[in-house]
Amino acid sequence: MTTQTTAIASVHPRGLTSGGVPRSRRSTPRRFFARLPIRILIAVLLIVEIYPMLWMFLGSFKTQSEFLNDPFWALPKTWSLDNYVEVFDSGFGHYIVNSIIVVFPSLALILLFGVAAGFALEVMVWKGRGTVLLLFLAGIMVPTQMILLPLFTIYFRTGLTGTYWPLILTYVATGLPLTVFMMATFFRSVPREIFEASTLDGASILRSFWAVGLPLVRNAIFTVGLVQFFFLWNDLLIALTFTNSDALRTIQVGLLNFTGQYGAVQYGPTFAAIAVNVLGTLLLYLFLNQQVMKGLTAGSVKG
Amino acid sequence: MDRVLGDKRAIFVLLGPALLVYSLVMLVPILWSLGYTVFDGNPIVGFTFNGLGNFTKFFQDPAAWSAIWFTIRYALVLTILQVGTGFGLSLLYVFWLKKASSTIRTIVFFPVVLPTVAVALLFQRLFEAAPTTGPVNSLLNVFGIPSVDWFGTPDASFWIIILMDLWRSMGFYAVLLYAGLLDIPEEMLESARLDGAGGWKLVRTIVLPLSLPVLLSSLIFSINGTLKVFDTIIALTNGGPGNATTPLTLYMFQTSFTYGEYGYGSTIALMLTILCLLFTVFIFRSTRRDITKG
Repeated sequence: MTTQTTAIASVHPRGLTSGGVPRSRRSTPRRFFARLPIRILIAVLLIVEIYPMLWMFLGSFKTQSEFLNDPFWALPKTWSLDNYVEVFDSGFGHYIVNSIIVVFPSLALILLFGVAAGFALEVMVWKGRGTVLLLFLAGIMVPTQMILLPLFTIYFRTGLTGTYWPLILTYVATGLPLTVFMMATFFRSVPREIFEASTLDGASILRSFWAVGLPLVRNAIFTVGLVQFFFLWNDLLIALTFTNSDALRTIQVGLLNFTGQYGAVQYGPTFAAIAVNVLGTLLLYLFLNQQVMKGLTAGSVKG
Repeated sequence: MDRVLGDKRAIFVLLGPALLVYSLVMLVPILWSLGYTVFDGNPIVGFTFNGLGNFTKFFQDPAAWSAIWFTIRYALVLTILQVGTGFGLSLLYVFWLKKASSTIRTIVFFPVVLPTVAVALLFQRLFEAAPTTGPVNSLLNVFGIPSVDWFGTPDASFWIIILMDLWRSMGFYAVLLYAGLLDIPEEMLESARLDGAGGWKLVRTIVLPLSLPVLLSSLIFSINGTLKVFDTIIALTNGGPGNATTPLTLYMFQTSFTYGEYGYGSTIALMLTILCLLFTVFIFRSTRRDITKG
């Protein structure tokens, strides 16, 4: 556990500032050729990373016969949206709505509870707070498989099965350990004097939390929120366990079952479904990539 | 001061909700699941006490051993490859690309954010042999090699799974280790250069020892993540062909929800938890020894 703590502490404050080692100013004519292998390596790296996405995107416009008869590098003959229309006709829009209904309330609760708990565990002084923090940490290590069966029984007995609640409750509980841990780390970097000063000024501790603590860790909350969003939006295991009907399926479960609906694979619609599925996270990454990289690496304990 | 910062009512208000949800939905089920391991059955047909029967069954079950073996093999191979590739990339970022590395870092990182199911479906198509020839087989055909049915044999499936997860995760480990490399003091590298150390010698004698702590945490994150692999496999091969690529997580899922054996399912889940702990402790121990030696 100690190593994880220090690793996170060392990743977080440095962040991803684009620094590096200043280049040695030695320039020779051979330099171009000396760097050639590196250039080729980088070119291959970029192709490997980008081409599959490009191929998927182009494929989402192709017809079934283009897939079966043309080579894979052929461009689509027309830019028709038929495949996308078919994807949404088959109920994919409903899966997206389900995911939104489940993920955003879960996210709000995780952040609200997690930030408050992180504050209580790090800023406030009381006996046993170390033990409680360790208790939360244990939740990061334990595989989700450990809690699925009892939860299945609990939700069944309490009649929650068949609603959105099993997903929301499980998401909140599994999201809390990492959030509490990360928030405690962020609060640790806030000088204690700030809270002592606000206390001396007569603020109650709840007011210090709300008016002083929260604004100070605003960026951290945003980062943790981003990280948790990716975990929840991309979750398959919990969604697969607790969605017992097509009406409840989230976007990931819907995509997993998408190909199963047809005898033969319908290439165009499958590619369009993948494109729709990927679009949300990809756009988010396009605009917020620095925060996403910082957050996900800081949250790497989750594995 | 201490009276305010130790205000019991405030602690209750702030910590209460989180602790309540966490206890009810994580801690209680974990203990409950431990209880299940000595029972047989499920909530519908009822439970019967089984003593240590599930554990003896587990150790005599060929499917369980196959799942353990696959899980360990997958976790070890992928951990070595993703931390190794990540380290290689981070060296590339710091020592060759330097300030220009930002764009490359961002591009290589992006598969991390993609949903696993989507990537898995895409990889199925990339490596498809029939009825259409996917890009990979098409490339092989260009060089005169006949198409390979990648998902038809256990070995090929194993390597496709590894390849896909490497594609998804190497950028992540690269950024994680890159942050560690930036912490190495520039003066140290400069003085080593003046002493005539360059290239691999510099990496081996200065960079590697100094990034050992962050490498160690990467290994622990990686092994804990890879031992729990589920999404990739259920979406890419669904454990097949046969049960050749079924890890413990998927075996637990099938046992519990397809066959309704809650007791045995919980036993498998517990074994997985123990496996994660063992590996974490093992990595901790072995690297500690190396540090004291050096």
